[in-house]
Amino acid sequence: FLSVVDLRRRRRLGGFSDLPSPPSHPVFSSLHPLLLLQEVAFCKACEMEKGKDSRNTLISTLRNFAWNCLLGILSVGPIPDHIAFIMDGNRRYAKIHNLKEGAGHKLGFAALMSMLRYCYELNVKYVTIYAFSIDNFKRRPEEVKSLMELIREKIEGLIREESIVNQYGVRVHFIGDLKLLDETVRLAAEKAMAATSGNSNAVLSICIAYTSTNEIVNAVQQSCEEKWDEFRILDSCGGAYGLTRYVGIGENGENLIGLEDIERHMYMKVGPAPDIVIRTSGETRLSNFLLWQSGCSFLYSPSALWPEIDLRHLVWAVLNFQRDQAYMEKKKKIL
Amino acid sequence: TLRTPPAAQRDRPPRRRPTATTGLPPSPPLAAPSPKLDPNKFQIYFPGFATDDRCGWWIRHGLGISWLMGGARLMDVRDVNEKFSLWTAKITQFASILLWKFMHFLVTVWYLMWNLVHMLESFLVFHGWLKEYKSLDVSKLRYLAIVIESEEARQISDVVELLQWLAAIGVKHVCLYDMEGVLKESKEEILAKCNARPWKGAETAKAIVGPTLILEFASVSDGKQGVEKAANLLFAQYQGGDQDKPKFTEALLDEALRLVGCSGPEPDLLLIYGPMRCHLGFPAWRIRYTEMVHMGCLKSKKHGSLIKAIYRFTTVRQNYGT
Repeated sequence: FLSVVDLRRRRRLGGFSDLPSPPSHPVFSSLHPLLLLQEVAFCKACEMEKGKDSRNTLISTLRNFAWNCLLGILSVGPIPDHIAFIMDGNRRYAKIHNLKEGAGHKLGFAALMSMLRYCYELNVKYVTIYAFSIDNFKRRPEEVKSLMELIREKIEGLIREESIVNQYGVRVHFIGDLKLLDETVRLAAEKAMAATSGNSNAVLSICIAYTSTNEIVNAVQQSCEEKWDEFRILDSCGGAYGLTRYVGIGENGENLIGLEDIERHMYMKVGPAPDIVIRTSGETRLSNFLLWQSGCSFLYSPSALWPEIDLRHLVWAVLNFQRDQAYMEKKKKIL
Repeated sequence: TLRTPPAAQRDRPPRRRPTATTGLPPSPPLAAPSPKLDPNKFQIYFPGFATDDRCGWWIRHGLGISWLMGGARLMDVRDVNEKFSLWTAKITQFASILLWKFMHFLVTVWYLMWNLVHMLESFLVFHGWLKEYKSLDVSKLRYLAIVIESEEARQISDVVELLQWLAAIGVKHVCLYDMEGVLKESKEEILAKCNARPWKGAETAKAIVGPTLILEFASVSDGKQGVEKAANLLFAQYQGGDQDKPKFTEALLDEALRLVGCSGPEPDLLLIYGPMRCHLGFPAWRIRYTEMVHMGCLKSKKHGSLIKAIYRFTTVRQNYGT
């Protein structure tokens, strides 16, 4: 699978100019027979170079072929632009499997990486993950400290050359009240955002120190401050003739601060509203995540814990999205 | 002066001449992008059979007609390769569309089977044949919200029947929501038929006593637009003067929402009656930790499913982030 990923990355970045260029159709570009055969040959060559057992080579080749077929078939229908994940169940997984504290989160990170690969291979442009809520600061200080340490370590791993964000050209945003974080974590996050600012193929939004209510309050505050600054400038120039003190809601009942002003100051302005919100471990609540943006999102709650999430859950979510997509588009116009 | 050519000549596509350098026939027009299909409609896209499609062009011109008229020419190996890959790609594309339709057919069959099982389970729950659902303690369910698809909300009799079931179970306080405000328009009729009273806005949970069902009606204007009104209230309240502007808190915004009439208690459970599992813009401020359960369409509602959803809610344990 990783050989196929490398092939796609090289093709995407302009390599393989000697290959025939397929017409621009998502199905065709995945299933062009010559390309498929070349991919199979490439994977086979890679595996043989590494000296793997021929049976394992055959299995991995078949797996890659099946993966490409699945991609091509799913791409016939509409693919979601934005998928959001609530990564619930890491601690429960560690408890069930008698693992030491913190092991569940590390396995959860590995599951996250595989889900990101599936999403970017499927051409999902925006992925948002709920990494750490403001409510999570209420946990035991040792647990919060170890989580912050793990987050910092993984953020630093993101900006390495071989990381997934560079393989797929992903721009990373950290969403939330970053002032609540430790300075080391905040600096690592700012560094990662700066390092990936030139990427434009896809977007990864990592919600850290985030709650939706905090986001709404922050957006309202910034909208008011922006409007206050405008009026202060008008007052100082004398352009308002001293009438700004008496302005509240406009004479015709229209609001001075509109919805577009509030949404412009939302943390999640970096992407569109999510098409699918997936919360693992079977819980059916959003826990203060993307409440403002998820009005027309398909909410999916598989019973698997986050480290157990697999491709079949993503495929099921995408198939359900494709069934309801026309209805969702109709509702988005009203909302 | 220029003369306008006759209509028949204007509509004909311009004649393509063979290229001067290679002498090969001109390239066919680019293939039109195939449309994204909807699994709920019976659509079959046959690539390559439209008259202005690339394949159709080849059928009309590429296989011999222009060559016979233009003189015999040996086929280039690359042309053969291109034609072969084009045809195999078209076949592959058609096969993928069929497989996609088949996958969605399997999903539909799965949902049919799931609905049958669900129907049977609801029957058993309603008639008390499943012991675990017999002892239903609704005291944990202080406030229930129901989201209804606006088209279905026009069937007031279904809405009234659902509310009567809830009253029989023991639910006291219900918020009815639909996007377009259909339920708000039918408020008086629903209150009369259910013998319910409207929620007074400032009531606390302790004030809600007695057998009467209390109903609240909400729509999309109470959600984002409510926050917009609250923002303008806060803007006007702290406008002017030289004092430092306060840092807004959730409590402050909550108070502002209450003053503009767009506040209310947070529902413990939200039941969604509609074709899709989404909350359709229910006021975001009020569903932070609300359990959301999709109940299917309102016209196929079942009493047993309602009991099961409420029972499942009573067994949920929330950590609230800790």
